[in-house]
Amino acid sequence: MIEVKHLSKTFKEETGPRQVLFDINAKLYDGKTNLIIGQSGSGKTVLIKNIVGLFDPDQGEILYDNRDITKMDRKQRKELRKEIGMLFQGSALFDSETVMGNVMFPLIMFSQMSAGEIKDRAQFCIDRVNLTGSENKYPSELSGGMQKRCAIARAIALNPKYLFCDEPNSGLDPKTSIVIDELLSDITHEFGITTIINTHDMNSVMGIGENIVFINKGHVGWIGTKDEIYDVDNDDLNNFVYATDLFRDVRKYRREHGYKPSRDKK
Amino acid sequence: MFLTKMLDKFGDYCMFMWRVMAIPDKWKVFFKRYLDEIGKLGIDSIPLIIIVSLFIGSLCTILIKLNISNPLLPRYTVGLTTREIILLEFSSTILCLILSGKIGSNIASEIGTMRATEQIDALDIMGINSANFLALPKILALITILPFLVVICMATSLFGGWLICVITGIVEPDTYLFGIQSLFIEWYVWFALIKSLVFAFLMSTIACYYGYAVQGGSVEVGKASTDTVVVSNIMILVADVILTLLLL
Repeated sequence: MIEVKHLSKTFKEETGPRQVLFDINAKLYDGKTNLIIGQSGSGKTVLIKNIVGLFDPDQGEILYDNRDITKMDRKQRKELRKEIGMLFQGSALFDSETVMGNVMFPLIMFSQMSAGEIKDRAQFCIDRVNLTGSENKYPSELSGGMQKRCAIARAIALNPKYLFCDEPNSGLDPKTSIVIDELLSDITHEFGITTIINTHDMNSVMGIGENIVFINKGHVGWIGTKDEIYDVDNDDLNNFVYATDLFRDVRKYRREHGYKPSRDKK
Repeated sequence: MFLTKMLDKFGDYCMFMWRVMAIPDKWKVFFKRYLDEIGKLGIDSIPLIIIVSLFIGSLCTILIKLNISNPLLPRYTVGLTTREIILLEFSSTILCLILSGKIGSNIASEIGTMRATEQIDALDIMGINSANFLALPKILALITILPFLVVICMATSLFGGWLICVITGIVEPDTYLFGIQSLFIEWYVWFALIKSLVFAFLMSTIACYYGYAVQGGSVEVGKASTDTVVVSNIMILVADVILTLLLL
């Protein structure tokens, strides 16, 4: 489990200091898809970058199973990062490497496996994300969805305890987004990973949000699950979640008929 | 204001170099990348060096012949002067100024694009020292290969001078060959090689720094590429003056 306690972050800018996060407290659970949601500019990317250690917070604690990353030295952070996988918004695949090369990369760098074992493990990850047959393709030859799947395969290659995903559905069509969401949800449950997804895609929220943290103007606006989000009495959250007529209709229909999303019925 | 900005940049550069000069995470991966970079930065530059050197060598010979028309000067002076210019300045300084355009912008745009597309963040998240992983193989590869490129440049330039003598007959080829062997000072070759080592370090580290420091998208990558060439050229010329004063 990852616990965030009293986290604040300020950036120094030419016009003066700008505080982005204010006293953030949240728990991100093992074996669950934890969603950090909020409007663009609300501070969710800054929060996730603080959690993974790309930014240093002004104050607060970030506990990875009771290990505080803010108090770790470089060597300890390096060890912790071997337990972290990350899926970036733009996939961040290495252009000069093939799909196989990308997935093998963390294994070559950090595992003690033999060359054969590394190849087998990489092939397992590629098969797991349904990219079989694309092993020798370069990132530029892949579609957006395939690039995301390759990035997921690379992120899970080292069997991470924690998987971070920054806007995994950005730039994808709704159908491919659902495929990626379901893949992330399946992997989370299959391997018991603590998955943290940073998103403003409401389909993801309604589909896979087992633990949702709503960030509003740098504050925690609400914490709950996808089932609770339908009936919550929070204006900021409702303005964000029910920004479209479609979702307002879904809420209305649900209240009247006890609607449940089809993905939950399976 | 300008001075503060410059000092700020220099401080950043030193911090970057502190991160670069670390022990690689995995030696096997480092050596593979190092050899790749030797091929990419060095071997791939040989055709350009040969073409440029041939022309510069022949141009030097023509211009010196046209400007030295004193009957008191021996005819082999053309070969001798061409050799001195090639060894002392062209093969190291001018060649590095040319290469900083090719190699420097290549390094800066490659690393800058990796920054803009979050590939460097991906390395950091994995727990890899990205500055060391990306920059050290390039820096060491260029320091290793540049002296060899300088030697190729020296030989090709002198050959270019001889070729123009054979083709046009402005100086007898034998006289030219006698000239380039006359009053030879071996230290000038070492001087050029020492300079090339310093220039290789400057060129590669400045390019890596500007690429790594990119913040933003394609516009910033382009700017980093341009800044690399400008700053590298200035630093090469400054270093040239200092080394010439110290070593000659």
